[in-house]
This record gives sequence, C-alpha cells and structure tokens, in this order.
Amino acid sequence: MSEAQPIVKCLVWDLDNTLWKGTLVEDGHVEVDDAVRKVVMELDARGVLQAVASRNDHDEAWARLEELGLAEYVVLPHIGWGPKSESVRRIAERLNFSLRTLAFIDDLPTERAEVAYHLPDVRCYPAEQAATLLGLPEFSPPVVTVDARRRRRMYQAGFERDQEREKYQGADEDFLRSLGLEMRIGKARDEEITRVEELTLRTSQMNATGVHYSDAALRSLLSDADHEVLVVSMTDRFGPHGAVGVILIEKTPRAWRIKLLATSCRVVSFGAGAVLLRWLTDAAARAGVHLAADFRRTDRNRMMEVAYRFAGFTTARCDCLASFSPPEGTECLHLEPVRQDPPATMRVIAPEPLAGGPRTPWR
Amino acid sequence: MTDSTTELPVAAIEQRIGAFLAAKTKLTWEPEEDLFTSGAVSSLFAMELVVFVESTFQVAVEGPDLAMDNFRTVRAMSSLVTRLRSGGDGA
Repeated sequence: MSEAQPIVKCLVWDLDNTLWKGTLVEDGHVEVDDAVRKVVMELDARGVLQAVASRNDHDEAWARLEELGLAEYVVLPHIGWGPKSESVRRIAERLNFSLRTLAFIDDLPTERAEVAYHLPDVRCYPAEQAATLLGLPEFSPPVVTVDARRRRRMYQAGFERDQEREKYQGADEDFLRSLGLEMRIGKARDEEITRVEELTLRTSQMNATGVHYSDAALRSLLSDADHEVLVVSMTDRFGPHGAVGVILIEKTPRAWRIKLLATSCRVVSFGAGAVLLRWLTDAAARAGVHLAADFRRTDRNRMMEVAYRFAGFTTARCDCLASFSPPEGTECLHLEPVRQDPPATMRVIAPEPLAGGPRTPWR
Repeated sequence: MTDSTTELPVAAIEQRIGAFLAAKTKLTWEPEEDLFTSGAVSSLFAMELVVFVESTFQVAVEGPDLAMDNFRTVRAMSSLVTRLRSGGDGA
C-alpha cells in the first residue's frame, strides 16, 4: 500500500441511481443491480466498511434498504437533506478514520464536486464505476484477516455498546458487569498472526516496548519451544471485539519474560490490560516462576508503565533475570507473583497452565 | 518550603481528589475506602488517576512512587501528594 493510495477503509454510497436504479421519491419502487449487490457483499467480506449519504426521507429509504436485504451491510447511514460533504466528514469522525481512507460514490457530478471541494482527501467515484470497484487496487486489501471478515459486525456492536454506555446512569464498573464480557486467551493460530502483527503496529499507546514484531518473526516463534505467542480475544452481549491483544513470552525454568504485551485501544476502557497482567501473575504463581517484563519508555506508552507498576512490577534485581538480555535501552521489570483472584467484571477463559493444556475458566 | 503552593492542607487535597473520583465513578469515596477491591482497575482509569494527581497538584509521580498502594485510597493519594510537594524522599 503506497503513500499515495492507501486502502479504502470505508466507502460511502449515494442511494438514488447509484446503489439502486431509479429515484425512490419519484419512482416509488427501486431495484438493485445484481452486479452492485455483489460489490456490496464482496467489499463487506474484504473488511471494507460501507456507509450511506443520501438525500431522501430517512425512514422510507431505510425501509427500502431493509427490504432489499442491504441494510445489514450499512454502518452509519446519513439519509437527510444536508450537504454530503458534512455526512462524509461525520462518518469519518465517528469511525475515527483518516479522510484519506474514505471513498464516496455518487451518480451526480455536482455532489462529487461538493465532497471533493470540502474534503479533497476523499476519493470520489462516479456511479457507473460501481460494478468495477472490486478490481481496483484501493479496494483490494493485500491480506484479508480473520477480523476483517467480521469488521462491520464489530463496528455495529461497538455503536450499540457506546449508546448503552451513554444512557447508563450507574457506576462504570456496574456497566462493565452488565456487558457480560468474556476474554479468551489462547495460543496463536497461524491465521491469527496477521491480525496480531497489525495490533502491534496500531497500538502505540499500549505497547510496552514500542517494538514492532513482523509477521515472519512472530510466525517463527510459534514453533519455538522457549516462546509462547498468545492471542487475546473478547466478546460481550453486543458481539465480538475480535482479537484485542497479543502477548509474547520467553520461558526459562525460573521466569517468564513478557517481551511484548499490546492491547487494542478499543478495549482499554474495559480494563483488558490490567486483567491480562493479573492473569499472567496468577498463571506464573501457579507455575512457580517469576515474571519479568520488558519496558522501554516511548512518548506514548506511559499508560503501560502505570499498568505494570500498578500490577506490582518493580526495578528490583533478581537472579532470575540473569538469563535475559533485553535490547539496549529496555529495562526488565520484575515481579515475584502471588495467586490472584479472577476479576469481577469479566469471565476469563485461558490455557492451563500456559498454552499447554485445555482452556479452562480462571477461578 | 520556599514555594507557597506547598501550603495546601490535607483536607483541601482530599476534597479535590474526592470530587474527581465522584465525577469519574459516579460514587462517593470515604478517605480510607479501597478503590481497587474489584481487581478491575482499567489501565485507562489508573492512567487518569496518575495524570489527575500530577496535573492538579503539580507533582511528578515516578519510579517506585507509581505503585497501586499510593493510589489505593483518597488518603493514600493525599499522603503521596503532601510528601512530593514538600520535596520529601520519593525514592
């Protein structure tokens, strides 16, 4: 993916004479071309989100999208009478996407010009190009990860969750309990590595060393007897959060060294990082080993330092650290673990004792 | 003790911290009440606490002072603030 043409992460559709044939208000009945329907479904499978910016009556247009079986593929429909550039801008903001990763498709040159004028970074396409989008490089991510295929569902669940959180009157912790959060920790499978690599790239705030492990480096460690690569995923009653964390551990008879611990920004407010550290502490206590953790200060990861310190890690010296050689500028924090109670806010299902046996709930 | 801002009474410190916690958690906290009993302090909340204490009372919390026990109760935080503001041994 070059600097000039990043992959499109969200395509914003016009409806009349673009997504469907005809004008809803005038024709009363509109149909979707099979070729366009195929584009919608295939983009969805590739993990490209699809939104709508249309001048129509919202309820009427949405009802038609539902009848056509396309409503479920849409996030953030903006159906109303405001300028489309405003709709596109709000969609980008809500998704927290750069405008450079948004695209807009409309049959009317004036609408495309209006969007292009106010949002020059957004790529605009005429409606007649709709059926050919799948062949364009900017709509063809080089790798389609496990999470890409369910990305739209994850965002939809996220919007529902945010809405509930805004409405919730009680304490945050009670809200978390009401979510029915479940965290699964397991040995990374081959097909998850791409997603894990992506996480280490994207989570600069929650990466304890700022080091990025490449796809190849992580893959080679999957079969290394001295290392464990663990993937963390979460779900709740709104749906899956997908893969939200990665842990890379080097094991010696006396200690486990956390070489990489990164969690997605999406789950920071659920206390995912703190729960992971507690689980590791408990697992190490049961295994009778000490814990060590690489930490290198960056200008963005103080949150990780606080997380380690609050979990009890210190800079104290210990003989168990002798066999580890962290890179220049990286400290090895240390903890003598004791058994921990499971968290009150989520259910944790993890390998027993560590990636070896079957997954069991942490009790 | 040259800086006049060090003359901040414990009650005032605890009142500021209490107000922050009430806004954040929608609960009121007694000075000795443990904030972390549930075991689910999010890293975000821990970070917010640290940043709040540092920016409100103009102190830097570093190294061994960044311990959960120093933030476990309103009282623990006010003791930390008082110690750091008086230039006491933070090591």
